[in-house]
Amino acid sequence: MSKKPADQPTKVDTTGHSWDGIEEYNNPLPRWWLWTFYATIVWGVIYTLLYPAWPLVERATGGILGFSTRGQVEEQIATFEAQNSGLETELASVDLTTLADNGDLHNFAINKGAAVFRNNCSQCHGSGAQGAEGFPNLLDDDWLWGGAIDEIAYTVTNGIRNEDSFDAHWSEMPAFGRDEILTDAQIAEVVQYVRQISGQDHDAGLAASGEEVFLEQCAACHMDDGTGDVGLGAPNLTDAIWLYGGDVATLTETITNSRFGVMPAWSQDYRSAFGLSESEINAVAAYVHQLGGGQ
Amino acid sequence: MADTQVNTPEAPKPRKQGILDRHKILEKNATLLLVFSFLVVTIGGIVEIAPLFYLENTIEEVEGVRPYSPLELEGRNVYIREGCYVCHSQMIRPMRDEVERYGHYSLAAESMYDHPFQWGSKRTGPDLARVGGRYSDAWHVAHLVDPQSVVPESVMPKYGFLKNTLIDGRYIEDVMATNAFVGVPYSDEMLENGLADFRAQADPDSDYEDMLERYPGAQVRNFDGEPGISEMDALIAYLQVLGTMVDFSTFNPDESR
Repeated sequence: MSKKPADQPTKVDTTGHSWDGIEEYNNPLPRWWLWTFYATIVWGVIYTLLYPAWPLVERATGGILGFSTRGQVEEQIATFEAQNSGLETELASVDLTTLADNGDLHNFAINKGAAVFRNNCSQCHGSGAQGAEGFPNLLDDDWLWGGAIDEIAYTVTNGIRNEDSFDAHWSEMPAFGRDEILTDAQIAEVVQYVRQISGQDHDAGLAASGEEVFLEQCAACHMDDGTGDVGLGAPNLTDAIWLYGGDVATLTETITNSRFGVMPAWSQDYRSAFGLSESEINAVAAYVHQLGGGQ
Repeated sequence: MADTQVNTPEAPKPRKQGILDRHKILEKNATLLLVFSFLVVTIGGIVEIAPLFYLENTIEEVEGVRPYSPLELEGRNVYIREGCYVCHSQMIRPMRDEVERYGHYSLAAESMYDHPFQWGSKRTGPDLARVGGRYSDAWHVAHLVDPQSVVPESVMPKYGFLKNTLIDGRYIEDVMATNAFVGVPYSDEMLENGLADFRAQADPDSDYEDMLERYPGAQVRNFDGEPGISEMDALIAYLQVLGTMVDFSTFNPDESR
């Protein structure tokens, strides 16, 4: 590029551009800037050699370091798993009924289980395991499918009324009203009877005739005295604990249209992308079991 | 000044035109500069983008990923319409904390039939890439109608109206045809039976065998537990299939990614 002679007072070259007699200095770039620029070019070339970069015919170059994000995440997970590998292995195959006697392992299981619970269970059962309408409270001693530690582990593994595990707990209450097994009047009677055995305000006259309906239609699962059957997932109707509600409107809805609470099967056998491992299931069972209601 | 230079005998001979001098032609001609700038940017773009279309490890082949069933596709449209992607991503990144929380990192193939993809860029709520099968339908209904009833600390708005908005799938075959136009492999058979499959999936009493053959692994249920097909049914059908198509017990990741 042609340069004009140096500007006389400053001795700096000008670019040669001249507009209406106004000229432009051609100051060189600062040296530190220029060298930083060259350094980034060198760094860029080295980087593409070390890490995956250049597209070739079938795949891109893998880089000298052999780095991959997938490899990295696997490595990191393995590192953390290795830290507790002894306890993990033990926990995966432990006899749950004697877990509480093994102080260190039990402690580990509870803490691990708390993390598993918060991530996977709290959305339905509440962050404090207090449950919500339709999702059981896990703090009390009322259990639909059994509250022993191995029963809890079984429920977590296979779930309830899902189509993924053949071993899922399964029972289905008839929709007595919708399927016209009982008349509306009979339902009203049996609702009053259920309120009677659960110790709530009730109409004694209706309840008396409701008892007959109950013994005929409900007792097969809920037992003659209404205390339920854990083997069938039939809830105890005589206590003050309600999954959907014990008021007249809710009981009528339950008996008319039935309920069908579903819990997913959490074992990784049925959930390959995010399911729980043996040790995670045992851990969360131990955690839930010690919340207060474990049997 | 210029005149004196030319007349001075010691003045240097005019140099051969260098590349910088020729570059002046571009600098002084706005249209040429525009055309050549565009060319340079194009080359940059081609170098970055074109290899993605032929490199074998861009989208690894994965077994199990299928186009969305008509009901799932309708649910996806509801998901997009309601702007769920504004608060929920569908992209589990290959990082330890995300994999531990949400499950296996997302694969490119898992969103290959998404037009547009729903990867999202912000998580006010959790990632939904693997929400399928995590919760029961009843939970989804309760949660969409009133999120705080099951998750008290949630800031999600209520979407109860979805349950009351009945849909007849009138345009579903057009939507499928549009997706087929942009590359989703809906077969002629799928396109012809779009409406029938749409209805079958929401009705467990229907004849849904053919639908299941066309869309393996589709879940057939009355998702919201109410009569009729509502937007709630469609949305839950979509949510329940997210992230469930690939069987990761038999999946071998391509290490070079």
